[in-house]
Amino acid sequence: MDIIRMEGISKGYPDHPVLTDLNLSIKKGECFTLLGPSGCGKTVLLRLIAGFETPEAGRIFIDDEPVTDLANGIDVPTENRGLGVVFQDYAVWPHMTVFDNIAYPLKIADVPKAERKERVMKMIDIVGMTGLEKRYPSELSGGQQQRVALARALVGNPSLMLLDEPLSNLDANLREEMRFEIKELQRKLGVTVLYVTHDQEIGLAISDRVAIMDRKGAIQQIGTPWEIFEKPANPFVFNFMGIANFLDVRRENGQFLVGTGNQPIPWPNLPQGDTDKWVAGFRPSDVTLSREGAGLRGVIRRANFLGATMDYLVEIDGSHLRTAIETHKAIASDLILKVGAPCVISFNALHWFEADKLKEVLSE
Amino acid sequence: MSSPANKKGSFGVAQVILFLSIAILVIVVAFPVLLILFNAFWVEDHFDLANTISILKQPMTYEALTNSLIIASMSTIGSTIVGTFFAWLVTRTDIPYHNFMKSMFLVPFMLPSFIGAIAWKMLLSPNAGLINRFFMDHLGFDGPIFNIYSYYGISAVEVMYLFPFVFIQVCGALERMDPTLEESARISGAGLLTITRKITIPLVMPSILSGALLIMLYSMAHFGTVAVLGIERGIYNIPVLIYERIHQSGGSFESIRMGAILATVLVISAAIIIWAQRKILSTGHYQIIGGKSFRPTQLKLRGLRIPLMLFCFAYIGFTIVLPTVIIFLVGGLSTYGLPFTPENLSLANYKFILFDFDVTRDAIFNSVTLGFTAAVITMFAGVMISYVIVKMKVRGKGILEFLGMLPFSVPGSVIALGVILAWSGQFGINLYNTVWIILVAYIARYMAFSLKANSAALEQIHDSLIEAARACGATMWQSLKDIVLPLAKPGMLAAFFLIFLPSLRELTVSIMLYAPTTRTIGVAIYTLNEDGETVISCALAGIALIIIVLGQFIINHFNKKAGV
Repeated sequence: MDIIRMEGISKGYPDHPVLTDLNLSIKKGECFTLLGPSGCGKTVLLRLIAGFETPEAGRIFIDDEPVTDLANGIDVPTENRGLGVVFQDYAVWPHMTVFDNIAYPLKIADVPKAERKERVMKMIDIVGMTGLEKRYPSELSGGQQQRVALARALVGNPSLMLLDEPLSNLDANLREEMRFEIKELQRKLGVTVLYVTHDQEIGLAISDRVAIMDRKGAIQQIGTPWEIFEKPANPFVFNFMGIANFLDVRRENGQFLVGTGNQPIPWPNLPQGDTDKWVAGFRPSDVTLSREGAGLRGVIRRANFLGATMDYLVEIDGSHLRTAIETHKAIASDLILKVGAPCVISFNALHWFEADKLKEVLSE
Repeated sequence: MSSPANKKGSFGVAQVILFLSIAILVIVVAFPVLLILFNAFWVEDHFDLANTISILKQPMTYEALTNSLIIASMSTIGSTIVGTFFAWLVTRTDIPYHNFMKSMFLVPFMLPSFIGAIAWKMLLSPNAGLINRFFMDHLGFDGPIFNIYSYYGISAVEVMYLFPFVFIQVCGALERMDPTLEESARISGAGLLTITRKITIPLVMPSILSGALLIMLYSMAHFGTVAVLGIERGIYNIPVLIYERIHQSGGSFESIRMGAILATVLVISAAIIIWAQRKILSTGHYQIIGGKSFRPTQLKLRGLRIPLMLFCFAYIGFTIVLPTVIIFLVGGLSTYGLPFTPENLSLANYKFILFDFDVTRDAIFNSVTLGFTAAVITMFAGVMISYVIVKMKVRGKGILEFLGMLPFSVPGSVIALGVILAWSGQFGINLYNTVWIILVAYIARYMAFSLKANSAALEQIHDSLIEAARACGATMWQSLKDIVLPLAKPGMLAAFFLIFLPSLRELTVSIMLYAPTTRTIGVAIYTLNEDGETVISCALAGIALIIIVLGQFIINHFNKKAGV
């Protein structure tokens, strides 16, 4: 059953559309991530669901009840949509204690005092803030404030929780810790989560399903994290999900040759299609580097020691690619290479794109 | 969960707030100003520009115009030089006691300039002024060393009380200026003089100019100083002429019309000045001057350190301490003119005005109740209007934004004339000669302060804080009550004091609107002084100073607590 269904949503200004005729449904109980570059309209989408903004056209259903349906004069205000929302800047009220912040939704709902206290304390315990309930937000760290925001969003037992980049103001370590906590909470409480972010890693780590949005606010692919990563529907998705290498490949006399040289690409699945200009896409981790053997011959153009890894830029007949190899492996297999050294490249995974279409995506 | 009625409900609330906000600004500010413009150009059922011009060409009006311009220009130039110099001295040099000096230079902000003018009149009037007498009687001078009843005298007194406008702006800019800008110039081989000339001054120029324009605006429409010091030699500016004409004729049609025309000139000048100030402030100096607090490099004054310090102390002593002391001393004399010896001084006058003298007792009561009421009303109206402007997304907000700028550009004397036109019975309500007309005028006059303080406070409240409350199930009213109002409290409190304190010493508006029983403190001081009751008016001025300084202390205390 769908907890959210959006039909034909359009939002924006006549000369600058943010969302155009968008459709999306989210299933009950899943953790759904909306992933896209900044400025793509994903936050607007979340705000439309929350009721902070009204679309120009389209309908939104929560639990199969229309909450936005302008044609029929329906626009349920935020407070009646029964949601939990967590904001990027935490939005913890500075003039209230941790307890009062978390208790606020219950106070508004006229929950009796004793029950209110019990539920708040339980929530404080769940988010690991026991003992801090009398503090004011100014006395808390960013991570603690975000826990308060989470607890406040969850205390009213909403069926749906919306999170708008809730971790992007935290430092890297805390971010990693918190994202698993959010996932854990979601599992424990069985709440449906819509998570909006530009950070692929978080999207992959916590989601049951991911939707990738492009810069124009169109959804390019919806799938499990595995599908998105391994079977990207198009160059945009592929490019967005991590540092991508693109190697120019041209068809000449039935052969697929790399760059401007005469080496055929060492990959069994060749592209099907009429075009002659192709691009082979792959991630740095999909490249195997060696000193000799079968594969493409290239030259090291840049070598960077980054501590745990060695980072190389390799030129193959006028085309460039980047690869990384763990330092200890590089030492073990004698792959500490200097600039100008010859090397051999082979692949573990490759995706084919038509050169013209890719150019369009990358230039946006 | 879903009901269309809900949507209608919140839609209605937004519209009601918007409508109320627009109504307040229209009734209090826009309508009176429109009436002035109407009266200035509309003669006997038709538009008559020729008549307007002929009135402007009359010697009296023409002279008032030029005097306003001359005095405002001299005051502006003087204040800008004094303010910039002291600002540079306390922020950029190693002058001793710079923190103490900085707070002393801000003291004139709270002192009413017309009380200063009364003090200077007693010190430097050509024949009776204490300083002039001292030089003539004891040092053998033939005549007075300085005549305060002159353009120079009036401008000098205005400079003493207005230079903090420039001082505070330039101090702020110099403190916030990224020192790397100057350091990189120094690394490039520029000398200190070159740096000051080519880097520092251009960077703080917007602040200097914007402060200067504020002074210009204030001075052109300023009543008190010119009224106190100009009367002997017949020097008058626009507000003084409006006051005298309307006062003498008891509000005749001619005087109102002339006043309306002069007020129109003020409104237009104010609009030009405000426009220029916005333009200057938007030329991007905020990008150069960061919000962070740096410790700027200090210039070593070396041999000049002590002489400049002494100069500052002399300035503070001469322009701030001396006039204040004189007010209190004269207020203690049994008869004006007697020497300041212990047997001539007593607290009798102070006791008299506080407990026995109806005029002053009423004046204090009027000012305190008027100020309090105006502050409370304006504080709430201001927070509502600012909320619509800063936070709400409703259609028709543009009108409100435009109306919200009006209070900033309408000088006090214009407001006074406007409320006379609007509330003297032509439109069904006659408040003339009652305290209510002064209250309405105070609300109009101080709305700008309230809008400024409240919108600054509301801008600090992130939208997400309000949205979070809505997401928690709070209606718009509940989110206002539980989130917005508690968080806006510091801004509202600031607005309250920003209105209450100045209203205690208000003169420009009250002098046009008072009736025998509705004198305010400012009016009582001024009229008593005009009537020759010098010692009584000084005693009342002393009491006013004490109330104002005490109030300022309370504000500072609150501000420190709120961490503003």
